[in-house]
Amino acid sequence: MTILQSILEALESLAANKLRSGLTIIGIVIGVAAVISIVSIGRGAENTITGSIQGIGTNLLFVFQGGSEEVRNPKPLTLGDAAAIADPFQAPSVGGVAPVLSGQAAVSAGGESTSTSVEGVTPEYSSVRNINVTEGDFISEEHILGRASVVLLGVEVADRLFGRTAGLVGETVRIEGQPFRVLGVLESKGGSGFGNQDDRIMIPLTSAQTRLLRRSTRDRIDLLVVQAISSDAVSLASDEVSQILRSRHRTAIGVDDFTVLTQQDFLDTARTITGVLTIFLGGIAAISLLVGGIGIMNIMLVSVTERTREIGLRKALGARRIDILVQFLTESSLLSMFGGLIGIGLGAVIAQVVKKVAEAQNTMIDPAIGLDTILLATLFSTAVGLFFGLYPANRAASLEPVEALRYE
Amino acid sequence: MGDWVIEANDLKKVYKMGEVEVHALRGLCIQIASGEVVAIMGPSGSGKSTLMNIIGCLDRPSSGDYILDGERTANMKDDQLASIRNRKVGFVFQSFNLLSRATALSNVELPMRYAGVQRSRKDRARQALEAVGLGDRIYHRPSELSGGQQQRVAIARALVNSPAILLADEPTGNLDSKSGDEIMNLLLNLNKDRGTTLIIVTHDPDVATRTQRTIRLRDGLLDQKL
Repeated sequence: MTILQSILEALESLAANKLRSGLTIIGIVIGVAAVISIVSIGRGAENTITGSIQGIGTNLLFVFQGGSEEVRNPKPLTLGDAAAIADPFQAPSVGGVAPVLSGQAAVSAGGESTSTSVEGVTPEYSSVRNINVTEGDFISEEHILGRASVVLLGVEVADRLFGRTAGLVGETVRIEGQPFRVLGVLESKGGSGFGNQDDRIMIPLTSAQTRLLRRSTRDRIDLLVVQAISSDAVSLASDEVSQILRSRHRTAIGVDDFTVLTQQDFLDTARTITGVLTIFLGGIAAISLLVGGIGIMNIMLVSVTERTREIGLRKALGARRIDILVQFLTESSLLSMFGGLIGIGLGAVIAQVVKKVAEAQNTMIDPAIGLDTILLATLFSTAVGLFFGLYPANRAASLEPVEALRYE
Repeated sequence: MGDWVIEANDLKKVYKMGEVEVHALRGLCIQIASGEVVAIMGPSGSGKSTLMNIIGCLDRPSSGDYILDGERTANMKDDQLASIRNRKVGFVFQSFNLLSRATALSNVELPMRYAGVQRSRKDRARQALEAVGLGDRIYHRPSELSGGQQQRVAIARALVNSPAILLADEPTGNLDSKSGDEIMNLLLNLNKDRGTTLIIVTHDPDVATRTQRTIRLRDGLLDQKL
């Protein structure tokens, strides 16, 4: 018997019991659909997250205060640190430095009020983070020196306060009760949900220091955004920044009171988190595949009992042990393979539904079903059928021809 | 001795039914010549079925020697026995034993599948069906055929691998007398035309009278009274 013949014959006998075959594969369909949809949504989420991280820029470093727990007297980041890093002789790989103070504040205009994140920034922030304004101007040196009461509005904040995103220059908003003149509107970055780049406002760093986001010492800052001269120079720049801060903060060797993160670090972290989640959820879904496999075994056992006479006849006509074994294994693996194929289709549909639901909530998740996923699901479900078909098939192959023929 | 297609010496078969040992055959000796038509008769419990299973290589004797068409089967493994059944034995059963979901043609093809015949399979199956007078019914399923016709399909299936012996177990038992007669004629004609040894296990004296020789069994031995 060739493989093709076995498959044709198995199809014949499965078709003879359509309802039963259909019910049997439902277990596999659900299992595979669950695995496929979860894995593809997981990958889609990973792509969305890594995409928005990559949108930050490939040559940026973020320096936060706080690092090893063992530092006895940790020092905060200061404007002095920023100036030192900006020195091209000490840090030749650094192209620009933007110190940032950040916090939350209540903003109001007319009758509307909202809460948003406030960033105190310098003019360098515009070039380092690649931020443009759609109208008006970015914060300038004069604004910094004069601690000017000017503000740049993110488009979502502008929309919430004024119901429009243009013609706002010169309007007045109140931040924590203090009046600020609108200097311009920030270009939309299109980020959403996680780290929305449009739901924020920016004011001059010095204004933030003195009036809105006061810290324990005057020149203290929350974050340094450092631009490396190129994306190849990121690790070099990271070393230089660390060196400068270690000597300025006089930390012991091996323990830093600051943390330098590159975009790669963010990417790695995000990938790890989504990867773990996907494996975890996929593993749970795989359990239902196991249940489906047991369903196949159950039905195959019934089928072997029902067809005892047929098995006896086949043996009388010269079927060897292996012929009967192959016949039943082909049936069980075909069953589960069909279940797998239908499950892949159903999983893809579920993933698309999830995509629509996510879109309705302003989150972009584009489920990614790769060829490898499809191949793996097909192979795995067929293997489930083979594994759970082994016991019933072996039972059929071991029947004694005389007794099988006599079976009523 | 070269003409014996079946030689059995001192065949014994013991079944264990729990604690009790059942002696189905107690040292039976028979020879059947090639081309012969033989009936095997005997009351139930006489060892008839056991003998038929051993002759058909469905079962092995507990002791004794059995040679089918020159092959000594006593120590063969299951798969070797399957191969012998496939090549040398054609079975015809009382209840036909056709696959209900397959056409007459596929049913007749079945033994050739296990023999590994690939190319000429369909043609040979068709010829076998024509030989039993069903050339116009090859795509019918068993449910669309009368009992006599179903038995003809079964005979075609038994013949298709050109076996050394045709072993029929009550071939007319499930048929009315007219179809039964036709089946007997068919079997005897096939024996005449092809020289295939025909062994019929039966209760029916009318069937037995149409054979050349009758082997009577009683309590696992040849019935010596006759």
